Amino acid sequence: MTRPWHLPALAGLVIALAMASLMAGRVWAPWSAWWDTGDPRWAIIFELRLPRTLLAILVGAALGLSGAAMQGYTRNPLADPGVLGVSSMAALGAVLTLYFGFAATTPWLLPVAAVAGAIIGVLLLLAISGAAASLITFVLAGVILQSIAGAAVALALSLAPNPWATQEILDWLMGALTDRSMQEVTLAAPLIVLGAGLIFHLRRALDALSLGEASAASLGVDITRTQRLLALGVGLATGASVAVTGVIGFVGLIVPHLLRPFTGGEPGRLLLPSAIGGAALVLAADILVRLTPSAAEVKLGVALSALGGPFFLAMLFGLRRRVA
Amino acid sequence: MTLSASDISVRRGGRAVLDGVSAAFGAKGLVAVIGPNGAGKSTLLSVLAGLLTPDAGAVTLDDVPLAAIDRRALARRRAYLPQNARCDWPIAVERVVALGLTPTLPALGDLPAADLARVAAMVEACDLAAHRTQPVTTLSGGELARTMLARALVGAPEILIADEPVAGLDPRHARDALVRLRAHAHGALVIVAVHDLALAAQYADRVLALRDGRVAADGAAGDVLTPQTVRAVFDVDVRIERDSEGVGIRYL
Repeated sequence: MTRPWHLPALAGLVIALAMASLMAGRVWAPWSAWWDTGDPRWAIIFELRLPRTLLAILVGAALGLSGAAMQGYTRNPLADPGVLGVSSMAALGAVLTLYFGFAATTPWLLPVAAVAGAIIGVLLLLAISGAAASLITFVLAGVILQSIAGAAVALALSLAPNPWATQEILDWLMGALTDRSMQEVTLAAPLIVLGAGLIFHLRRALDALSLGEASAASLGVDITRTQRLLALGVGLATGASVAVTGVIGFVGLIVPHLLRPFTGGEPGRLLLPSAIGGAALVLAADILVRLTPSAAEVKLGVALSALGGPFFLAMLFGLRRRVA
Repeated sequence: MTLSASDISVRRGGRAVLDGVSAAFGAKGLVAVIGPNGAGKSTLLSVLAGLLTPDAGAVTLDDVPLAAIDRRALARRRAYLPQNARCDWPIAVERVVALGLTPTLPALGDLPAADLARVAAMVEACDLAAHRTQPVTTLSGGELARTMLARALVGAPEILIADEPVAGLDPRHARDALVRLRAHAHGALVIVAVHDLALAAQYADRVLALRDGRVAADGAAGDVLTPQTVRAVFDVDVRIERDSEGVGIRYL
């Protein structure tokens, strides 16, 4: 076995992008400003861009990892928490706590509800599509879940006595990293780390599932337990991400697909690269939306959907033989 | 080692798929399970492998019910190869074979060196050396079947249960597969569902015939594969010719 060179390469990319993310924006902050606490740009770097950069890494890793894990479990390269409704279910959980006013009194309830929504989303997705899901029923189940959860988010926000409903609907369904603080980082990080730990624990089970459920079960994999832990892991990682950024789609679709050729196809080996690659993709996309010359900043969720939509289409064409 | 099934019944949708099947198996030998489509062969194999809990009856391994044995401990002793086994991701052949060692692997880290050697030897033994690093999704049917057989055999299981491992294979590859199973059966129990009666006659020590979820015949291959039993199980008339080169079955 050769040593995997893609891991150091990806890690280097994330470090380079993180540096760029701290420097780039409407105000360019060069290296010299990093060390001068009197420089006004110092505050921009460490109070505005540092939390944003950390969140991009955390959320990107969570989404990339969740996508890779869902694809591994379902043996379906089109699985992605953002595209197939899991993230929208998380948003619905979060929005319901706002709607009933719990979020104002007990702030920790919002991420918990988002995680619960995401877990229910994964379980519903797997239940609707059934055990022996074809590519088509699985993707359809996800699209249905996506539209229902999205509509419910819009409905809840519209019914709430809230003059900014339209803006808030957009904020939840098309996520962004704008104006986040360290508070969001400390809120999301433990949940994402816990979810990632659960997903990595399933590595061998996901590898064995490449052979199908019957073979995996015969190799000692407890399918029911694996499914529950997967729902919990993906729910924690995706739910916590959505709680702090809103829905950001396609990361979990694009990243594992691009990295699969370098990892030899086993779902277990794809997990860590997908997490690092997800961080890189969200960092890069966030730098791009900051640098786009427009009156209001383009939302990160919009930018990734604009990128991911055509990508999804291209993958579908590539998979036509299996779909037909 | 004894694997024994007593009075197994499995009902599905109000219909009895298996109806009071009992059979005991020793430590060695190749057992062919034959029967028409829908006779319950696959269900019986799943039950014997401990993957399906019967509605009535129990399977025991050395007098311990399968349900009471730890999944991983059972997986180290028994391998199961489902019908039309395949792999959904483009994983290299040697890595697919290595998946057969899943029950013995530590939770983290790559394959231990001893396991790499076992995988390499099994790849060699199944004539897959030329395809070692080829993605399994690009293999031909015969190569894929050999890979899956290698995956099942790599852990040197005491019990191998294979559901129609030769379905869809050309005559040469079907024969090759049975020769490999036969070789494994010298030191282990191999239970195989097959449709090809001539292959069963030639390679099996024992034949278990199912019809409508019941055991229609069970015994030495030569005793079970007679025109009378074949007629009773499959509703076809056959002439069976045995000579020094093997067994021929002519459907009349």
